[in-house]
Amino acid sequence: MNPTTVAVRAGFRRGMIELRNSFTNSQDVWGYVFPTLVLLVTIFFMRGATVPGTDFSLGARTLPSVLGMGLAFGGLITLAQQLVVEREDGTLLRAKATPNGMLGYLVGKLTLMSTVALVSMLIQLVPSLFLVDGLRLTSAGAWLTLLWVAVLGLVATLPIGAVIGSLIENPRNLGLVMLPMMGLIALSGIFYPINGYPGWLQAVAQVFPIYWLGLGMRSALLPDALAAVEIDGSWRHLETLGVLGAWAVLGLVLAPVVLRRMARRESGSRVAARRERAMQQVI
Amino acid sequence: MTAVELPESAAGPHPPDEDLVLDVRDLRMRYGTVDVLHGVDLTARRGEVLALLGPNGAGKTTTIEILEGFRMRSAGDVRVLGVDPGRGDERWRARMGVVLQSWRDHGRWRVQELLAHLGDFYAPYSTDRVRRPWPVTELLDAVGLTQHARKRVSRLSGGQRRRLDVAVGIVGRPELLFLDEPTVGFDPAARREFHELVHRLADLDDTTILLTTHDLDEAEKLADRILILAGGRIIAEGTPDELSRRISGNAEIRWTRDGERFVHSATDATAFLRGLFRQYGDEVQELEVRRPSLEDAYMALVYEQESGAREGGAARVWQQGSQG
Repeated sequence: MNPTTVAVRAGFRRGMIELRNSFTNSQDVWGYVFPTLVLLVTIFFMRGATVPGTDFSLGARTLPSVLGMGLAFGGLITLAQQLVVEREDGTLLRAKATPNGMLGYLVGKLTLMSTVALVSMLIQLVPSLFLVDGLRLTSAGAWLTLLWVAVLGLVATLPIGAVIGSLIENPRNLGLVMLPMMGLIALSGIFYPINGYPGWLQAVAQVFPIYWLGLGMRSALLPDALAAVEIDGSWRHLETLGVLGAWAVLGLVLAPVVLRRMARRESGSRVAARRERAMQQVI
Repeated sequence: MTAVELPESAAGPHPPDEDLVLDVRDLRMRYGTVDVLHGVDLTARRGEVLALLGPNGAGKTTTIEILEGFRMRSAGDVRVLGVDPGRGDERWRARMGVVLQSWRDHGRWRVQELLAHLGDFYAPYSTDRVRRPWPVTELLDAVGLTQHARKRVSRLSGGQRRRLDVAVGIVGRPELLFLDEPTVGFDPAARREFHELVHRLADLDDTTILLTTHDLDEAEKLADRILILAGGRIIAEGTPDELSRRISGNAEIRWTRDGERFVHSATDATAFLRGLFRQYGDEVQELEVRRPSLEDAYMALVYEQESGAREGGAARVWQQGSQG
């Protein structure tokens, strides 16, 4: 059989094995459940509050926004984290020493990351439904929108996450990405509409995928009337498609180049050197 | 770069031939302005076990990483399995195995699962002569991990983990295997089993093996040929026995006579002893003849190189000696 096909299949199985390993690891499972707890508590404290200018529950607006944020976070940060860690422990070098191993590794990572992102979304969505009303859960159109926004969101964020992960050499520097990420989340109207922000801040938020993922998710799950309180009073599906699509293209162009460069530089002595450094930091 | 393909190179010191798995000539490596390798030459034939010895910082890791295709060289002709490692494709990659130091990957995977998964990648490269991959059950048995097959990798002991590294290195039934300090952390029993495995790979499967080690005893047991790399050059090469004989060739003879201890150093120990017995006969007691060991040879050669490097030139004498 064609070696590439074999590697893609092996990569897919690899993703499945890693998925099982992750969902049977208590630390990981806690990592999946924890955001849900935070979300439930947030929604609980938002009870009684309404979206400004409407009598619609603020909690119900927050839920889809947080789902969008979770997708962006999973795509950008979690993949970057895994690349940094697995470069340090030698997983990537192992893949490099295996014929077509890098292809298998990437397919495995994408399988794992996208499944985890979708499962995490369900873990957050299902329990929250007991706390909020007014979502369009029975409309097929809603689920269709949710699906395309989620898939496009992953395609837009995962390659960029891979680029970030390839550029960061030291796991400690992941914090450098986390901080601006937190800032962006605050800007992106996840927990509160940003209509009141100065125009330039709104513009900054709308450059990045987080805002659009939040908006896309809201457009899927909230009643159409709520579009009125968004910027321009519309769900702006075309713009969502445009911005997320642009990020997807950028990522898909950049990622292979940066990943290849990173992989080319991997060797036993680099892994050993990083290990040495990590040991020194522990002491 | 094309010198290898030229017909006249057949008359050179290393005639190109199909059995030549490693063919390295005048390999040079420079980092910035520092030269790490000053023209390394080495060859290995099919089924040969080579040990690369040398002090830390001598360039062993750099040499191996260039051969593995993980690092670009500055200059020199290098053929690994007939291919320039800077341009090796996946088919080429499938024919070699790499066992490095310090791998901590795949901690959550189960041993047999990991071997089966990595083995999958080699299946398309199976040939009539070499069936790939190595079936997991047989492989586990070969490295002595059968009873740990279902264990998670992170739960293996240091020695077991190392054996898994070796298993991963050979799961594709490599024609060429790189082993970087393979037995660090092995207990004596595991070390012996590992040595048997190396012999088996080299003798039965015709695997060519290039290993680095600091354990001279191990090098002596495993290697058909030893190369000593110091100061960025191969300063000596030969069988363990040849290397031991190369340094001074003097044997140390100890004996006692009338309760007094004597030590003498002689080039021809047999002739000296003949004379000794003729003169003193039964008075000679507690006789001991010690030939220079590989360790003696290694220490002398490396010392020579290091002091020679300071004075300049002396190292080359050794190198010429090794080729003559």
